[in-house]
Amino acid sequence: MSSGPRLVEVRQNVLKQNDLLARRLRERFRAAGVFVVSLVSSPGAGKTAFLESVLTRLHPVRRVAALVGDLATENDAARLARSKAPVRQIVTGTVCHLDASMVERGLEEFRLEELDMLFIENVGNLVCPSSYDLGESLRLVLLSVTEGEDKPLKYPTIFNTADVAVITKTDIAAAVEFDAAAARANIQSVRPGMRIFEVSSKTGEGMDGLLQFLTEGKEVMSDE
Amino acid sequence: MHELSIAMSMVEMAAEEAARRGCAQVCAIHLRLGPLSGVVREALLFSYDVACEGTPLEGSRLVIEDVPVVVFCPACAAEQTLASVQRFFCPACGTPAPQVVRGRELEVVALELEQ
Repeated sequence: MSSGPRLVEVRQNVLKQNDLLARRLRERFRAAGVFVVSLVSSPGAGKTAFLESVLTRLHPVRRVAALVGDLATENDAARLARSKAPVRQIVTGTVCHLDASMVERGLEEFRLEELDMLFIENVGNLVCPSSYDLGESLRLVLLSVTEGEDKPLKYPTIFNTADVAVITKTDIAAAVEFDAAAARANIQSVRPGMRIFEVSSKTGEGMDGLLQFLTEGKEVMSDE
Repeated sequence: MHELSIAMSMVEMAAEEAARRGCAQVCAIHLRLGPLSGVVREALLFSYDVACEGTPLEGSRLVIEDVPVVVFCPACAAEQTLASVQRFFCPACGTPAPQVVRGRELEVVALELEQ
């Protein structure tokens, strides 16, 4: 005898498993004293060139490493290896984002306690990565000058879930008539108060300020 | 497009919950969805039917309750509902309001179960 369907309250976050794992990763990173920075952007915004520049500058003075997500190739890891910092690739196959379990598996080859900073390069995608906490201390969203100043308004969620915005490829800003003031205003509209850096991975312009900011972040974490 | 894997986790979760309660069938999943969850409503609805195929949820409905983005305005000292996720400014006084109170939800709130 059926009385028809009954409504049962459950209240469960769909990404609970990922969130719990991300929390555990964050605790591991903190215990090991590693400052973890993740990078998100659209494909072609210059994440790998940016990371190569960051690793090359930090490697001689800090114990840095990188975990790089890519759909199908290992090209990024090969490029980043030129920095001499330890780099591991996570080939995601058809998966368009990294999640906490992929990061956990990627960590297996690292000794976290021997690192000061770990960079995680997400798959180039401005939508899907916004849903997944990776346990990082800081999330950088990259926006290149070739992409258009209104990108933050088109993808507000990824900018809203990130902590810092980095405008890349500033060496060609004039050639593509990039309007930095408009881009900054749009970032501030979707994430008021967001810290913004402008850099050129190619010339190195603006990198010192950003590296100082990251290093300070690491020191603040270690003092807590 | 990560909505399919999200739909599959929802289906799995609902099937487990139904089994735990001794119910043979799930008729509907009720979900609260915020614009800042990173999940696209239409893509999720499409993926849901695919994810249900061959499971106890086949033929079930996904009922989505859209949650607006609510921020805390420091000037008004009050929660305010945003009209657009492109402008995080208090709709009452125009003060920048980055503190999100609601709008990131991706939460199953209820299941309709058949004994």
